[in-house]
Amino acid sequence: MSITIVYTIATLSIIGTAAAVILYFVAQKFKVFEDPRIDQVEEALPSANCGGCGYAGCRAFAEACVKASDLGNLNCPVGGNETMNDVASLLGLEAVKKDPRVAYIRCNGTCDHRPKTSNFDGATTCAISASVYSGESDCEFGCLGHGDCVDSCEFDAIDLRAGMGVPLILDDKCVACGACVEACPKDLIELRKKFPKNRKIVVACRNEAKGGVARKACKVACIGCGKCEKECKFDAITIVNNLAFIDSDKCKLCRKCVAVCPTNAIIELNFPPRKIKVVEKKENSTA
Amino acid sequence: MLKTFKLGGVHPPENKLSADKKIEILPIPKTVFIPVAQHIGAPATPTVKRGDEVKVGQIIAKSSSFVSTNIHSSVSGKVKKVDLSGDSSGYSKQGIFIDVSGDEWIEDIDRSENLVKEFDLDGRKIVQKIQDAGIVGLGGATFPTHVKLVPPKGMKAEVLLINGVECEPYLTSDHRLMLEKGDEILVGTQILMKAMNVEKAVIGIENNKPDAIKLLSEKVKNYKGLSVVALKVQYPQGGEKQLINAVTGKEVPSGGLPIAVGAVVSNVGTAFAVYEAIQKNKPLFERVVTITGKGVANPSNFKVRIGTATTELIEAAGGLPENTGKVISGGPMMGRAIASLDIPVTKGTSGILLMPEQESVRGDYISCIRCSRCVSVCPMGLEPYLLMTLGEKHVFDRLEDEKVMDCIECGSCSYTCPSNRPLLDYIRFGKAKVGQIMRSRKK
Repeated sequence: MSITIVYTIATLSIIGTAAAVILYFVAQKFKVFEDPRIDQVEEALPSANCGGCGYAGCRAFAEACVKASDLGNLNCPVGGNETMNDVASLLGLEAVKKDPRVAYIRCNGTCDHRPKTSNFDGATTCAISASVYSGESDCEFGCLGHGDCVDSCEFDAIDLRAGMGVPLILDDKCVACGACVEACPKDLIELRKKFPKNRKIVVACRNEAKGGVARKACKVACIGCGKCEKECKFDAITIVNNLAFIDSDKCKLCRKCVAVCPTNAIIELNFPPRKIKVVEKKENSTA
Repeated sequence: MLKTFKLGGVHPPENKLSADKKIEILPIPKTVFIPVAQHIGAPATPTVKRGDEVKVGQIIAKSSSFVSTNIHSSVSGKVKKVDLSGDSSGYSKQGIFIDVSGDEWIEDIDRSENLVKEFDLDGRKIVQKIQDAGIVGLGGATFPTHVKLVPPKGMKAEVLLINGVECEPYLTSDHRLMLEKGDEILVGTQILMKAMNVEKAVIGIENNKPDAIKLLSEKVKNYKGLSVVALKVQYPQGGEKQLINAVTGKEVPSGGLPIAVGAVVSNVGTAFAVYEAIQKNKPLFERVVTITGKGVANPSNFKVRIGTATTELIEAAGGLPENTGKVISGGPMMGRAIASLDIPVTKGTSGILLMPEQESVRGDYISCIRCSRCVSVCPMGLEPYLLMTLGEKHVFDRLEDEKVMDCIECGSCSYTCPSNRPLLDYIRFGKAKVGQIMRSRKK
């Protein structure tokens, strides 16, 4: 009885040792060298796996960072400069400082501004709605409001605002990964430079139709009049296809374009109210 | 036993309200808007500019590639502008606005009504003339006809099928055309046979049009190689793959063209347009449109100039009924609701259907109950419930494996679903995405 146990233990130990020796040599022979820094870099990344960097997840991005000779083209939008500094110090490279970005939906066609002219009763996704027809209002460029961007956001940064017609991006949660930019069939979402205190000056419109047509469809449509382009001292505004566009990298937040826009298509966000101008206007009107 | 296609199909209520209404000529409107993209393929390039005088039948936009067609003016008058305007989907497309004055036709067109049977052109010249006349498939798909008539290398057509099925409920334009222009359609068929060098042509007509079957069966005796087949009423028999299956028993392979089984399918409306183009030198600038619906005072079939606004048609049929929920361009199964009543009649408009609100509005949908009705009605043998889920979840590679590209978008699955699920919406979306992926792979 006891001898059987001894034999069993001995046999298994011999097999085990033999297998361990074989495995050791095989592992040595077929060893794949992996840079240990990849693991370190991956550790430093936010592990969001959002794809905002353009790579298939954080691991792939870490591999790309280790291979790269400079970090100019690599950026983790979620971690921002802080993370990229960590990565750079791990790899002994120099971090390139990049302005943080934030997504913005360039449509202000809420139900008050843009009257509904038809009803869509198909499957409620923007992609399907856009492939069938131009949308529930007369504006063929505007937001459809079914929330494909909301579904695409991994960070809960987009609020559908049911009943408002246009979702809202919550600046503090947005990491500028760009998933919503891909998801929007009307190409409304843009990644813009993030200014302090989330201040923004932006043309909240994508309507490329002629002025009259655009205005008829929506009260706050850009009519491409060109006043803002003339007003801007920093060459930040260009007009293409009856539509103004503010380059956020050139914009200095002077707010002059907002004042001249006849349709209120240019909007300012998170600014303190303008005291002086309001007073001036009042004086004029009373005089 | 009447013939029909093998797989699936549904039989919605026929509602052919305008079947006994003669084709009337709609008065020429005051202005027309003629889009330059009325066909599958590249849009035509406008050849007129603002202020130009045009005559009826004059080319106003030239085809820019092989898979494209010419666009002809449907009225005489002055070009108001060449500009963008909304099409049936609401998206702006380029087109030509013409202010109408008088009704002056170009001189080549033979405006007499008499039947001309003889023609002595050879195949190549016929195809060229069809191409010049801007003829596209008038069943609704608007595929340029001349492209169909030139088979790919190494393939040979054996039989021409003329589609007089009109399986869509409500629509009667093809039915009326067969009754009133029977001989013209048959001559047109002979011309198409000559163009493709085939000996045999079969006209398929569903059994709910006994008068048309009887009339054409009588008439074909005077023509060589023609015959008429009566088919059991079953939607979507008008789909070309279904019609081929019903008439010849052959099955077009997955992803293949009808020519793979030696067949080419043309609509009766197309055959009539071919007759007019060859025998009367008349390009395609007008077509028969059914205007119908349960609340419509006077459902009718009108011969309409291309570019006429939908409102004009509705007025002529007795105005827009008060409880209209949807205005659909085409039939109730495959047609699409239009975004605005100002959109023009194009080459592909076979009918305008005004649906009452309670019938047209889709309710909320509930979960799939696995009844598999969609599978049993799918005429292409697909699994619509699966395709929908895959489309919803964006699993495009799996969609391709499940042959989503074979879907003919007939809508039988959505029609039959007891849970009211928007099956076709998601399948169409998946199809578009898979199509994109396949095209990018080819490059």
